[in-house]
Amino acid sequence: MILLLQYTLIFASVLMLVALGGCFSEHSGVINIGLEGVMVMGALGGALVMKALPSGTSAIVIILLVVLAAIVLGAIYSLLLAVAAIHFQADQTLVGTAMNLLGTAAATVFVKAMNTAEDVNNVSSTIQYVEPKKAFLVYIGSFEFNWFMLLALIALLISYFVLYKTRFGLRLQACGEHPQAAASVGISVYKMRYAGVLISGVLGGLGGIVYITAGVSEWKFENGVAGFGFLALAVMIFGQWKPHRIALSALLFGLFRALANVYTGFSFLAALNLPSNLYNMLPYIICLIVLAFTSKNSRAPKAEGIPYDKSQR
Amino acid sequence: MKEQKTPLLRRSWVQSLLASLLCILIGLLIGYIVLLIINPAGANEAIITILKNFMTYSRREAQIKYLGNTLVKTAPLLMCSLSVLFAYKVGLFNIGAAGQYVIGAGACLYCALGLHMPWYVCLLASLILGMALGILSGMLYAYCNVNVVISCIMFNWISLYAVNMLLSLVKESTSPYTLTLSSNSPGSLLPTLGLDNLFGGNSYVTIAIPLSVLIAIVIWVLLEKTKLGYELKATGCNKSAAQYCGMKEKKNLILTMAIAGGLAGLGAGLYYLTGFEQWSCTQSTVPDMGFNGIAAAFLGGLSPLGSILSSLFIQHISSGGAYVDKTMYCSQISDLISSLIIYLCGFVLFFKFAMNSWQNKREEKKAEKLAAETAAAGKGDDET
Repeated sequence: MILLLQYTLIFASVLMLVALGGCFSEHSGVINIGLEGVMVMGALGGALVMKALPSGTSAIVIILLVVLAAIVLGAIYSLLLAVAAIHFQADQTLVGTAMNLLGTAAATVFVKAMNTAEDVNNVSSTIQYVEPKKAFLVYIGSFEFNWFMLLALIALLISYFVLYKTRFGLRLQACGEHPQAAASVGISVYKMRYAGVLISGVLGGLGGIVYITAGVSEWKFENGVAGFGFLALAVMIFGQWKPHRIALSALLFGLFRALANVYTGFSFLAALNLPSNLYNMLPYIICLIVLAFTSKNSRAPKAEGIPYDKSQR
Repeated sequence: MKEQKTPLLRRSWVQSLLASLLCILIGLLIGYIVLLIINPAGANEAIITILKNFMTYSRREAQIKYLGNTLVKTAPLLMCSLSVLFAYKVGLFNIGAAGQYVIGAGACLYCALGLHMPWYVCLLASLILGMALGILSGMLYAYCNVNVVISCIMFNWISLYAVNMLLSLVKESTSPYTLTLSSNSPGSLLPTLGLDNLFGGNSYVTIAIPLSVLIAIVIWVLLEKTKLGYELKATGCNKSAAQYCGMKEKKNLILTMAIAGGLAGLGAGLYYLTGFEQWSCTQSTVPDMGFNGIAAAFLGGLSPLGSILSSLFIQHISSGGAYVDKTMYCSQISDLISSLIIYLCGFVLFFKFAMNSWQNKREEKKAEKLAAETAAAGKGDDET
C-alpha cells in the first residue's frame, strides 16, 4: 500500500510539473505538443550531470546541479518551438510532433556516441545513475520520500500565484485569449508567448528528470519517455487549464499509472490475473472516457494554436 | 498585349518543390554537422553511405535486391503519409496514423496467424480496424468536442498495448516475436505476381508496392476531381461556412477520419503481410511509421503525388542509416535527419512567403525600370 502511495505521488509529480508547463504555454497561446521531446531533453541533461559528478558529492549539490541542467536543457530545447511558432508562424502541432521525434533521436544518437566513445563494444543507449540517485531519496519508515515531490508542490503553488495573482500571469492569459486586444493595450504578445513557451520548457525538462529517476536507476534513451508527455497534456485538458484542477487530475492519473507498476503487490488484483498490458492501457482509456464527458464545455484558451498576426485587429 | 503566363517561380507546385528541397538540404547539412561532431574522421563517408543506401553494394544484383527492400518499406510509409495529408486537407491533424497503423498490423497478423485467412481477408481486416479507430476519433470530435490530436494520441497507446496483448496469442514460444507467415500461414502472404523476379528474387516485393502507388493516385483524384473531395476540403477551410452551404459537417469530419484511418491501417497490412518483419509483442513504443508518415506528407507538399516521392526519399535515408559504420555512429542518425526535416517543414509557409515577396520586389523594380524607360523614350520622342 505504501508502495502504491509512493509511486502515485512520484508519477503525479511528473504529470503535474509537465502539465503545468503545458498550461503556461497554452495560456500564452502556443500549443506545446512537443512536451514529450522537452522531457527527454531535460532527462538527458539531468542524467548526464548525475553521471559526470564524482562520487562523494554532497546531496544538496547533486540535487541543485541536476535540477539546473534539466531546466536549462528543457528551456533551450523549447526555444525550437518558440522560434518556429512565434516568429515563423509555423503549424504548432507539426513542429511539436517533430520535436518529439527529434528529442528521442537526438538523445539516442548522443548517448550512443558517448557510450561508444568510452567503450567500442558498448552500443546501448543507456545511462546508469545508481549512486547519485540516492541523493534525492529520504526514507520515512518504509516510505521513500523523493525531494522532487516537494519540488512539484512548490511549482504548483508558484504557478497558481503567478497565473492568477501577478500582472505577468494575467497578461500571459490575455495573450492566449485575444492577442490583438492584448497588443492594443501595449502588451508585447511576442515576449509573452516566448515567456510561456520557455516556462513550459523549464517545467517540462524538470518533469523529464523526475520521471527517469522514479523507481529506476538507469534509463534507455531509445524509449524516450514512453508517452508521458502526452499523458500530461491530457491531465492539463482534464484539469481545464487551471493549476489546482491540474493537481487533482495529476493525482488521479498518477494513481492509475502507479497501479501498472505495483498491481502484483495486491492479492485481489493479482488474483484477477489480468495481463500487464491492460494496466498499461488503463490511464489512457480512463483519460479518453473522462474527456468524452467533460469536453463539451471546454475552457481552452481561445487563441491557442493560432499564430499571432499583428494585422488582424 | 501578350497574355501573361504565370512565371515558373510563382506556381505553387514549383514553390513547394523548392521549399521541400531546401528542407532536405538543411536537414542533411545539420545531420552532417552532427556526424562531424561525433567523429570527424568518418563523417564524409557516413553521410554518403546514408544517401547511397542500397547502392553501397557493388554488385548489381545485390543493389536491385536491396532496392526492393527499401520499396517494401516505402509502401506502408506512403499509405501513412496519405492518411496524414488526407486528414490535413480537411483541417484535422491525424497524429493517430501511428495508432491506426498499429491496430491494422494487429488485425492482419491475427487474421493470418490465428485464423489462417487468405491474404485479401487479412488486408480487409486491417483496413476495417484502422477505419474503426479513425471513426472513433472522428465521432469523439464531432459529438463530444474532444480534440482529434489528443484522442489520437490516447488511441496510439491504447492500440499499442491492445495489439501486444492480442498478438501474444500467436507469438513464438521462446521469443517475443510473432510466428513467421511463410511457415505458418503461407496463404496469407501477399501475392508477388512475378514482381519478385524483377528484383533479383526478393520475395518480399509484392503487389503492395504498385497497389500503394495506385491508391495515392486514387486519393489525388478523390481530392481534386470529385464533389466529395471538394466538400471535404470546404469543411476543412471553414466548418461553419460549409454547414451553412448545406454540407453535413459532422458526417464529413467522421468520414474523413474513417478514410484516413483506413489508409493507415491498410498500410500496415501491405507491410506485415509481406512477411518482411515480425511484430515484437514486448515493444513499449509506438512504431515510427505513422510519425514518419507525417514527415512524408509535409515534405511532399501535402500532395498525394508529391508524397510518393517524399516517402521514397525518407525511406531511402532511413534504410541508408542501417549501413553506417557502427563502430563510430548509430543508425538512429537517419531518424535524427528525418525529424529535422519534419521540423523544417514547419517553415515551408515562411519559405513560400519569402519567395513571393522576393518576386514581388523584383517585379516592382522591373516595372519601375520599364516605366522609367518608357518615360525616357517618350521624352526622346518629344525632342525630335
